[in-house]
Amino acid sequence: MQAVFSTPKSMKEDFKFTFCPGCDHGIAVRLVAELIDELNLKENTICSTCVGCSVFLYDFLNIDCVEAPHGRACASATGVKRTNPEKFVFTYQGDGDFASIGFAESMHTAIRGENISAICINNTTFGMTGGQLGPTTLMGQVTTTSPFGRNKEYYGYPVKIAEQIALCDGTAFSARVALDTIPHINQAKQALKKAFEVQLKGLGFGFVEILSSCPTNWHMTPEEAHEWVKNSMIPEFPLGTFKDLTEVGVNK
Amino acid sequence: MGLIKVNNSRCKSCYICVNTCPKGLIKKSNKTNRLGDYLVEFDDKNNECVACAMCAKRCPDLAIEVYK
Repeated sequence: MQAVFSTPKSMKEDFKFTFCPGCDHGIAVRLVAELIDELNLKENTICSTCVGCSVFLYDFLNIDCVEAPHGRACASATGVKRTNPEKFVFTYQGDGDFASIGFAESMHTAIRGENISAICINNTTFGMTGGQLGPTTLMGQVTTTSPFGRNKEYYGYPVKIAEQIALCDGTAFSARVALDTIPHINQAKQALKKAFEVQLKGLGFGFVEILSSCPTNWHMTPEEAHEWVKNSMIPEFPLGTFKDLTEVGVNK
Repeated sequence: MGLIKVNNSRCKSCYICVNTCPKGLIKKSNKTNRLGDYLVEFDDKNNECVACAMCAKRCPDLAIEVYK
């Protein structure tokens, strides 16, 4: 019998994900590993991982990784890329890491137009530390630090990362995708491929925000969490490509 | 026709595959893993599986391999 679907070759042989049951992080890691295989980048890649649920990425992917301080994955990746311009460099971060603690580093990396790719997993909470209110928490959403729901008087509004990054002149590609259904997973892979290709072509900063479920901190079953992504997150964070310079060329 | 293999050491019993399979060929089994969760089993007596790989694409733990 012929294998139709198997583990990507750039995953470690004996890996076991440390994510909670039903967490979409595993699908995002698989898509990244499949693209590294498809684009034949395994020997040429350096990843900058963050602090958060994805902190053990180097235990799953069989590539070189730099462990950045909290929120500083884009800054570390800038240094790696500037000293090794021939390498393929990407960051893999959560929303608390990318858009809260490291928002300054992330935005300025996009403004400078560093030639790296960044992936941000948006699950609306600080997942690893117990589901506290994050910058992307929806209005009215109950978390451990917003027990009566998020309101604008006390907590302000959620940040829309992909749109903000798309406003920067240095950004070559910015998109938001989700992982709740099979079509959305396929679209996520295409968006990630474009974000990787803009770096390989030297066009600038490539960014993909991935809407992910967090069943543990949302106190839901995995299927309920995917329904919540569909019914609550996607209307608030619309999916789509907000900037794409691959068709029109570079801003110079 | 199609065949799936579930890696029980990676499976965390989230049952997304059980709800995803359009033909309902994946079911909860009576076996448990080391955490006491009930694992899943592939039950395809009538050779209905067409290896669409939807279960594997939605598996967050890469526990499913699909053959045809």
